[in-house]
Amino acid sequence: MSERESTVAGWGNLPVPGREVVSEDLPAITRGAVLSRGLGRSYGDSSLPPPSRREVVGTRLADRILAWDPATGVLRAEAGFSLWEFNRLFLRRGHFISATPGTQFVSLGGMVAADVHGKGHHKFGTFGAHVRSLKLRVADGTILECGPGREPELFWATVGGMGLTGHILEVECQTQRIPTPWIFAESRRIDDIDEFVAALRTASETWPFCVGWIDCLSRGKRMGRGILDYGRWAEPHEVSRPLPFTRRVALPVQFPSRTINRLTTKAFNFMWYWKHAQRVRRGLRHPDSFFYPLDAVLHWNRIYGRRGFTQYQCVLPGEGSGAARRFLEVLTRRGGASFLCVIKDCGAEGQGMLSFLRPGISIALDVPVRDDTQALVDELNELVIAEGGRIYLAKDAFTRPEHYAAMDPRVANFNSVRDHWDPQRRIRSAQSVRVLGDPP
Amino acid sequence: MSNNRKVVVLGGTKGMGRAVARQLAERGDSVFLLGRDAEDLQRSAADLRARGAGVVGHARCDLAEPDGFAAALAEADAGLGGFDTVVVTAGLFATQDALEADVERARELLVVDFANTVAFCEHARGRLLARGGGTLCVFSSVAGDRGRKPVILYGAAKAGLSHYLEGLDHKFRGQGLRTICVKPGFVRTGMTEGLKAPPFAGEPDGVAKIVVRAIDRGTPMVYAPGVWGHVMRVIRLLPRFVMRKIGF
Repeated sequence: MSERESTVAGWGNLPVPGREVVSEDLPAITRGAVLSRGLGRSYGDSSLPPPSRREVVGTRLADRILAWDPATGVLRAEAGFSLWEFNRLFLRRGHFISATPGTQFVSLGGMVAADVHGKGHHKFGTFGAHVRSLKLRVADGTILECGPGREPELFWATVGGMGLTGHILEVECQTQRIPTPWIFAESRRIDDIDEFVAALRTASETWPFCVGWIDCLSRGKRMGRGILDYGRWAEPHEVSRPLPFTRRVALPVQFPSRTINRLTTKAFNFMWYWKHAQRVRRGLRHPDSFFYPLDAVLHWNRIYGRRGFTQYQCVLPGEGSGAARRFLEVLTRRGGASFLCVIKDCGAEGQGMLSFLRPGISIALDVPVRDDTQALVDELNELVIAEGGRIYLAKDAFTRPEHYAAMDPRVANFNSVRDHWDPQRRIRSAQSVRVLGDPP
Repeated sequence: MSNNRKVVVLGGTKGMGRAVARQLAERGDSVFLLGRDAEDLQRSAADLRARGAGVVGHARCDLAEPDGFAAALAEADAGLGGFDTVVVTAGLFATQDALEADVERARELLVVDFANTVAFCEHARGRLLARGGGTLCVFSSVAGDRGRKPVILYGAAKAGLSHYLEGLDHKFRGQGLRTICVKPGFVRTGMTEGLKAPPFAGEPDGVAKIVVRAIDRGTPMVYAPGVWGHVMRVIRLLPRFVMRKIGF
């Protein structure tokens, strides 16, 4: 047996010593466990053990559907059941989870813990709004059921609570009917950030799904140029063939950390922008390419190499494009090379105590880890605080506790729920130690 | 489809058995689950139902309790209206170190993985032959192909099982009983959790695909993932003095 210490990492490939304990029997392995994780798609340290512990529960083998009613669309499944599996089984039969995030390689438990959102946020809200009930193992070992009408405080602390209120064992949620499994989409090339924010707002009024990709290397007059993508489910008369299954390729090995540099990023963003030669394109799109474009390449995070990467996602409140413009100014001044930068106009705030989104503009970007990453995150965070926005914990690996406290006064409520259910903080993560001041 | 199978699966709530049962369910086959824990069986049955299985049923059956085999198979027969396929994926596993340290545990594993598994197959064989045949698909292991240091006791039980299955195939294929011996290599499941995965480690879904194809075609022996067939061909050719030296 190899004695080399095993490590566990989030999607950003920033590992800590530790290992995942997996079993089909979730109630057995969550007993006394410090944290549960799903498919490890949170970028930073949300799903990693605190420094004093080594083992985290992995829920991925606990993936059974426990109840499914096609007539009502109500699904109950074990926490490790993945969105990918849901889509594989039910998309073609006319069912969809509208609050779908940008990857389908997530578990139901993880979707609750991060209270995920996606292209449909302005219309469907976050995933938490569609959750009817949870089975949860709380810190003292008790297993209980909670929902909007049953232990609501615990429930709304768990939605978006990053797994810190207990181990999510089962999730019951409402799914939506769709007319066909195809998307009818339009995309538009946009010249600058002011036009972008205005176009996002307009598109969101009529289209249920909407997101933009910004080239965040372009400066000056072209700052914030990019592609706006929006769509709806196609109607039966628009569709003439069944939905094929997507083939995926995998990045087999980790790339050198230098792969993503100014030059490759610039080239990529240039291509991405000009690939869209016509100003407007419309037509049928496969939902895999519309909702989950990056899922086409398995292990795409390996392109960032051994040093890994982080995501920075924040929401900036306000009506106009001013905040987004100021954000991009800081970013381009610091030369923040990001492969793809995603921008979205958000709907109402989620009901979860720590739910990330609120009305405003959300911006998300990949940041390869370099010597100055901490400084970049600090500066962006200071701007976000000044704008009255906040960041997304599911993506974060660098935010300082004082910055987070300044962004999110709701933490006090969240902590008081934890004080009630878990005064000793038996359930905690590397992130909760770093950001919320939990004991190591 | 009228030619859907009616399958009994012993060990279908976990690991590779779960993956096989799901793939059968998703194409509309009827599945009757046998296993140790009633609640676990019920949850897996719900899962198969949601995935589109025809008839789904379950009953308790423990490979460590051979007295219950006949009754469990009778219940499955009644539940499915006469099964035509039996899949056995259940079994015990422990590392060689753990078994060497505890003779009683080693004896128990040998009984469950060999003697009791064969006894279960004998009951199933009787029922299938009585109706003119069917398919008996049993999970053995690459560990049974050669005496190897890391899997001496487990491998011995699986060697016996593979031998038995080959004999069944020779004797009864003519009477309509198609015996399928599955030899999984290292597959990432709850059973192998915590062990260091070698190269060519497989995933349960990939194994299940191979197994379902073998069931449909009546292939008497398959390695899964397929690359293990080549690996074991090499291992079987290695002279003893080499096997003594290496740790594989």
